Amino acid sequence: MAYVSVKGGEKAITHAHQWLAEDRRGDPGVHELEVAQVREQLSLAVDRVMSEGSCYDRDLAALAVKQARGDLPEAIFLLRAYRTTLPRFGASLPVETEAMAVRRRVSAAFKDIPGGQVLGPTFDYTHRLLDFALAAEGGAPPEPAPQAEEPQAYPMPNIASVFRHEDLLEHDVRTDEAPEPYDLTRQPMKFPADRDQRLQALARGDEGFLLSLAYSSQRGWGSTHPLCGEIRMGEVAVEYVPDELGFAIEIGEVTLTECTMLSGFAGSAERPPQYTRGYGLTFGHCERKAMSMAIVDRALRHREVGEQADAPVQDEEFVLYHSDNVEASGFVQHLKLPHYVDFQADLQLIRRLRKEHFERRAALKEAAE
Amino acid sequence: MPVDPVNKAAGDERRQWLSILAKAQPGEVSAAWDALSERPSYSALRAPETGLVLVRGRMGGAGDAFNMGEMTVTRAAVRLESGETGIGYVAGRDRRHAELAAAVDAMMQAPALRPAVEGAVVAKLARAQAERRDTAARKAAATKVDFFTMVRTRGPQ
Repeated sequence: MAYVSVKGGEKAITHAHQWLAEDRRGDPGVHELEVAQVREQLSLAVDRVMSEGSCYDRDLAALAVKQARGDLPEAIFLLRAYRTTLPRFGASLPVETEAMAVRRRVSAAFKDIPGGQVLGPTFDYTHRLLDFALAAEGGAPPEPAPQAEEPQAYPMPNIASVFRHEDLLEHDVRTDEAPEPYDLTRQPMKFPADRDQRLQALARGDEGFLLSLAYSSQRGWGSTHPLCGEIRMGEVAVEYVPDELGFAIEIGEVTLTECTMLSGFAGSAERPPQYTRGYGLTFGHCERKAMSMAIVDRALRHREVGEQADAPVQDEEFVLYHSDNVEASGFVQHLKLPHYVDFQADLQLIRRLRKEHFERRAALKEAAE
Repeated sequence: MPVDPVNKAAGDERRQWLSILAKAQPGEVSAAWDALSERPSYSALRAPETGLVLVRGRMGGAGDAFNMGEMTVTRAAVRLESGETGIGYVAGRDRRHAELAAAVDAMMQAPALRPAVEGAVVAKLARAQAERRDTAARKAAATKVDFFTMVRTRGPQ
């Protein structure tokens, strides 16, 4: 089978891209969307793009959303592509989420959690009725939110430290001289995967995919019977040690969402009964993603607690190989690019098979007569 | 990278102002700088450069590190005419933010120049940050749930 080389299409492609630019702009009688408007008013789209684009930069993510016409996986792809053009200075110290300037922190498991149930700016408890007041634009901005007399005190203890003295919840392991964590951007996927590798993949993973996996687990496919121990969202300082200084400095703040899911563990010969924990951490305010990530993290830890693994959510190869939407979208969508040669080869094969089929049939018929 | 304890003690104060400069909004740094009556001239040791820092989290919130994702960071280094050098490492891609942070860092290390920027830049930026944090903390506190218990009264026996 020889290659058939085809050329052409440049003009069609140029024209298609010109039409894309026109369609992106939409009706020129309507004001053009500013990147700052996307950043400020579509902030949760920006958060998702930063989170799955694995690059914290609100302005770049907002630009990506505008360029992608609101197609978030496309925007995520744009941000991932951009990050490859930048040098990496190094890695930060691990962020300390317990020190977070919490804007929201709720525990569904423990009503009287120290620090209280702080709702923050949430969709929860809204009625999900379309608000036509928002359609009448040009009004005055909403009243600033009420402020309490006493500010919320930080740091706010998290669910793990609240129960630390009782040993009811599993403790996080902090190793002296821990090796450098696995880095999927520099090392290929390997199996069996350790938890650091899994968490990095989940942090970059597609929200929809993780949501469905978490949902499947809740519905019985590899259930971890989770309770939401805690969700927190707020600002955390990022510390980095520049070579020229030799000590750590804060280089900025990032907004993070963190979720701890609790799952009962009946105990084994070595371990007493206690709660195990699943962990989710995302850039920005991505609560659905953080919760899903925590459930999937816990399900993937089945080896540690001796659970039988027979559901998709517990299969780390299945989960980690399919969670990245840039890879998934690329592989599915490459099918729309020219496959003329494949099709030509398939056609020849099927024509031959059909010919042979009818010849066999004719021969059988002849023999029967 | 291991942190040298002697170096760290000497750097505690510097850590503080570098943090304030990094966490300030680019526009605030620029405005505070432009409002200075005298601005020393400086030359670039390292022209502003944008790159990435890999942000790490802790497994479970307090355990060993894992790689979460990257953030954009811009860095710069300058030398004042009087010889002091300063560095700036700031989140985002604003080159002027990084360069001015480096210039202020250098001035803060020069006894003669420090009074000019300590109050008018560093303290001013710190106040703005504290105010923003305080406002958010008060809004957060205003959304704290006050639980009350519904007392169920039994009907007549």
